Amino acid sequence: MISIRPAQASDLPAISALDARLTGTSKPDYWQDMLAPERHFLVAETERGGAPTPALAGFIAGEIRAWEFGQPAAGWVFAIQVDPTVRLEGVGTALFDALAARFKRAGVTRLRTLVDRKDHLILSFFRAQGMVAGPSLQLDMEMP
Amino acid sequence: MKLQTATRLGLYATLELARDPQRTLSAADLADRFGVSTHHLAKVLRTLATAGLVQGGRGAAGGYRFIGNRRRTTLMDIVALFEPVPGSRAKEPGEETAIGSALQRVLTEIDEIAEATLRSVSLETMLKHLP
Repeated sequence: MISIRPAQASDLPAISALDARLTGTSKPDYWQDMLAPERHFLVAETERGGAPTPALAGFIAGEIRAWEFGQPAAGWVFAIQVDPTVRLEGVGTALFDALAARFKRAGVTRLRTLVDRKDHLILSFFRAQGMVAGPSLQLDMEMP
Repeated sequence: MKLQTATRLGLYATLELARDPQRTLSAADLADRFGVSTHHLAKVLRTLATAGLVQGGRGAAGGYRFIGNRRRTTLMDIVALFEPVPGSRAKEPGEETAIGSALQRVLTEIDEIAEATLRSVSLETMLKHLP
């Protein structure tokens, strides 16, 4: 069974470790910042192999931002990670749905995110949730 | 984005058959459904069968059914059966010039976005969100 709850400071070591394992970059300060009250930071836990307490299965972080890049309020998904040992068990979808429900309760009806176009796994995940290309194009450059 | 006719027929046929993997449809059934040539579609179905996405019955009345994995198969997997592999394109005249290479950077950017989109949409996702 998957349970979703708001992240707490005591979750940060496990969140940071999972993220570092998946991305190869440790960024504990970034995850600490996600605990700010205006942010939505949720963790998913599952019971595994008779362990006495549920273990971290994944997390999602986001925030409602209005007039970012000239657009009306939207719920932004900043990050989502799922432990590879529990993938394809609905953890990502449960996290996504929980975050979307929180955004909706706050009066927002549009979700937005940015994805590396070469990361087909996460692109496919968001597509499967019903997301499609939005109205903006991301542009960037290496500064000389 | 313009797809070759065979690619579009490949996508139509695969998605239609994947809607119900238990169902068998002949090339003529599928051609009727999409208002396209049976001859052309039969050829496309043979390519899809060779790729292991559909299985064809024997004989003139033999139909096809989907035998692939809806969650694992993306639109790009089908497009790649009929279109040149991205990055395999031969150099065009003038590409080595400054203007040619600047133009090529823009065209490559468009190709990469198109490829990312096609790779991110599985048959399952397409069928789940049919209007």
